[in-house]
Amino acid sequence: MFDFAPLTKWIDTVLHNAMSPFWAVVVEMLIVGVLILLFYALIGLFLVYAERKVCAFMQNRLGPNRVGPFGLFQTIADLVKLLLVELVPIRNADKFLFNLAPFIVITASFMAIAAIPFAKGLHAIDLNIGIFYVIAVSAMGVIGILLAGWASNNKYSLIGAMRSGAQIVSYELSVGLSLITMVILAGSMQLSVIVEGQATGWFIFKGHIPAFIAFIVFLVASTAETNRGPFDLAEAESELTAGYHTEYSGIKFAFFFLAEYMNMFIVASIAATVFLGGWMPFHVGNWDGFNAVMDFIPPFVWYIVKTFFVVFLMMWFKWTFPRLRIDQLLTLEWKYLLPINLVNVLIMAFIVLMGWHF
Amino acid sequence: MEEPVKVAVDENQEYVINMGPQHPSTHGVLRLVLALKGEIVKNVEPHIGYVHRGMEKMCESITYPQIIHLTDRMDYLSAHINNEAVCLAVEKALEAEIPDRIKVIRTIMSELTRIQSHQLFWATFGMDLGGLTCFFYGLRDREKILDIFEETCGGRMIVSYNCPGGLMYDIHPNFQKRVKEFIKYFRKILPEYDQLLTGNIIFQERTRGIGRLSLEDAISYGVTGPTGRASGFSCDVRKHEPYSAYDRVKFNEVLFSEGDTFHRYLARMEEMRVSMDIVEQLIDNIPEGPFAVKLKPVIRLPEGEYYQRVETARGELGVFIISDGNKNPYRIKFRSPCFSNLWVLNLISRDFKIADLVAIGGSLDLVIPDIDR
Repeated sequence: MFDFAPLTKWIDTVLHNAMSPFWAVVVEMLIVGVLILLFYALIGLFLVYAERKVCAFMQNRLGPNRVGPFGLFQTIADLVKLLLVELVPIRNADKFLFNLAPFIVITASFMAIAAIPFAKGLHAIDLNIGIFYVIAVSAMGVIGILLAGWASNNKYSLIGAMRSGAQIVSYELSVGLSLITMVILAGSMQLSVIVEGQATGWFIFKGHIPAFIAFIVFLVASTAETNRGPFDLAEAESELTAGYHTEYSGIKFAFFFLAEYMNMFIVASIAATVFLGGWMPFHVGNWDGFNAVMDFIPPFVWYIVKTFFVVFLMMWFKWTFPRLRIDQLLTLEWKYLLPINLVNVLIMAFIVLMGWHF
Repeated sequence: MEEPVKVAVDENQEYVINMGPQHPSTHGVLRLVLALKGEIVKNVEPHIGYVHRGMEKMCESITYPQIIHLTDRMDYLSAHINNEAVCLAVEKALEAEIPDRIKVIRTIMSELTRIQSHQLFWATFGMDLGGLTCFFYGLRDREKILDIFEETCGGRMIVSYNCPGGLMYDIHPNFQKRVKEFIKYFRKILPEYDQLLTGNIIFQERTRGIGRLSLEDAISYGVTGPTGRASGFSCDVRKHEPYSAYDRVKFNEVLFSEGDTFHRYLARMEEMRVSMDIVEQLIDNIPEGPFAVKLKPVIRLPEGEYYQRVETARGELGVFIISDGNKNPYRIKFRSPCFSNLWVLNLISRDFKIADLVAIGGSLDLVIPDIDR
C-alpha cells in the first residue's frame, strides 16, 4: 500500500522506451530537480508562515491574518517584496565572496534534502551512506556563513560569523554522535533501511533509554547547528543586530532566511526518520485493528506530521528561552553533551551486542 | 581648520565597534563605542546627546504650568512622577497647602506608573536576552495600566495629570474599581513572569554574577533607584524623605547586597510587588475633598532656590529651581537618575562579553531622553 516504487519504475520505463538512456537520465534528473525545488520552496514558505503563527500564539497575538485565508499568502507577498527590493551594494565588500555566500548556504540545505525518504520509494537518491551524506552536506553551510561574515566588511557580521563557526563545528560532533548511536541500533547508514527497520516499532521506543537520550541530544545539538534560538548567537538580534547577514538585502537575504528554515526542516526530517520511524505508521504490538487504521494514513502524511512535530518543538524552544552566551554554549557542548554522547554510544553498542533491544 | 579626528582607542589593536545610536538593545539613541578583544569588552565609551532638546534652557522661557508638560518627555516611562516632582517643588516654594485627596491620588498614580515602567523593563530585558515572548507578555499587562490612565487623564504614556496645586481633573468614577481589578489580575500574573524568565536556568546563568556593582561604587557614582538598591545602597526617597502620601503607607524598601545583573532585575520585580502593596493600602481610603487648590492664575515663585527630589522608577529625580520672582524660572536643573546610572556601565561591564554588556545595559534600565534631556 502506498508504495511509490512502481510509479517511479513506470516513469523510468516510459522514458527509456521513448528516448536514448542518456536523455532518459537527463529528463529524470530534471524532473527530480524541479520537483525538489518546488517542494523546497513550498515547505520554506509554509515554515515561515508556521513559525509566525506559532510564535504569535505563544505571544498572545494573531500573527499574519490579512493576506489570503488565515494569512496564508502573507509569506508569498513577503517573498515577492524580497524579490523586488533593491540589492544594496556594499562598499569595500569582497564582491565575489559576498555574492557567493548565500548560494553556498542554500545549496548545502538543498543537497541535504535529496537523501531524505519522504515515503516508501519516494526519495531522490537512496545512498548507502545516507546519514553520513546528510551530515557532511549540511555542515557545508557553515562555509557560506563564514564567507558572508568575512566578505560583508562589517564588524558585527564578522563577530557573528566567528561565533557561528565555533558553534556549528562544535555541535556537529554531537549531531554526528547521536546519529551514530542510532546507526548502531539500525545496523545501517542507508536511510531507507533505517526506516524499514522501524516497521515493528520506532527506534525511540526500541532503543531503550540510550535512544531517548540520543533524541534529546540530537534535538539540542541540531537546534544549535541550524542557528536557531536559544542558540541563535550568530544572529543575536539584540547584540549583533543581525549577525552575519546584516549587510544582505533583497533576494540574497531571502536565501539566508529560506536556508535557515529549510535547515530546520531537514534536521527535523532526520530526527523523524531516525528516531520516530520516518514514514512508518504508528503500530502497537498486537492491536491489529488499530494498526490497520494507522496503515490507512498515507506514509507521506506520517512523515510530514512527524517532521512538523519536531519543527514545532524547535519553535517552542526558540520562543520561550532566552539566548545563551557563547562561552556557555561551548561549555554545554564540550562539557555536557559530548561526554553524555560518548557514554551513550558505548551503552547503545553494549545493548545491541547483548541483543537487549526490542 | 578643524583638527583631524584622533583615533581614541586603537593602540592595543583592539577591535572597536560602534554600538548605536541605532541599535536594537541600546533602547534609544545611545551610542556606545566598544573596544573589544575577541568577544570580551575592554572599554565602553558612552556618547550621549542624540536626543538633546535643551529642556532645561527651554524651561527658562516658559511658565511653571508649562514646564510640567516638558518633564513628561524626560523619562517618558515615569512621566507622572516627573510631573509630580516639578509640582511639589513649585508647591513647596509657594508654601501651598495641598489637601490629602490630591496627595493620595498622586501617590497611587505614581505607583501605577512605577509598575508599568517595571513591566516594560521586564519586557525589554527579556528581549535583550533573546526571550522575545517576554516583550509581548510585558506589554500586554502594561496596557491595562495605560487604559486606567487613559480613562482618568486622557493621556496614556505622557499623562500630564499634575498641575501646580493639584491635579488636572478628578479621578474617573471607575478608577478605584479598575485599579483593584488590575491589582488582583497582576498578582496572579506575576508568578507567570517568574516562570517564564526568573526561574529559567539560561536566564540565571546569563545574569548571576554578571556586572557586579559594589556598594562603594554605587554611592560614589550616585547610582540610585532599583539599580542602586540592588547593590545595597539604601536610597529610596519615598522612605527617607517621604513626599505626597508615602508617610501614611507601610512598605519595605527592597534591598539586596549582591549588586549583580540578576539582583538588579530582582529588585524591580520586588518593587512591583511593593508598589501593589502601596496602592492597595491607599485605593480604598481616598479622602474626599477638592482635586486641586486654586493658585494664582500666573504663578510667580518668590525669589530663592528650591529643591525637590522624588523617586522615579529609575531612581532619584531632583528638581532644582532658581527663581528671580518672575513667572518663569531663572534656571532649572534636573538631576536625572539615568544620567548618573549610565556612567557605571564602563566600570561594571569591563572584562565581560558583548552579550553580558547587553544584559548589563538592559539591567540599568536606561531611558535615553532622560539622559540627554
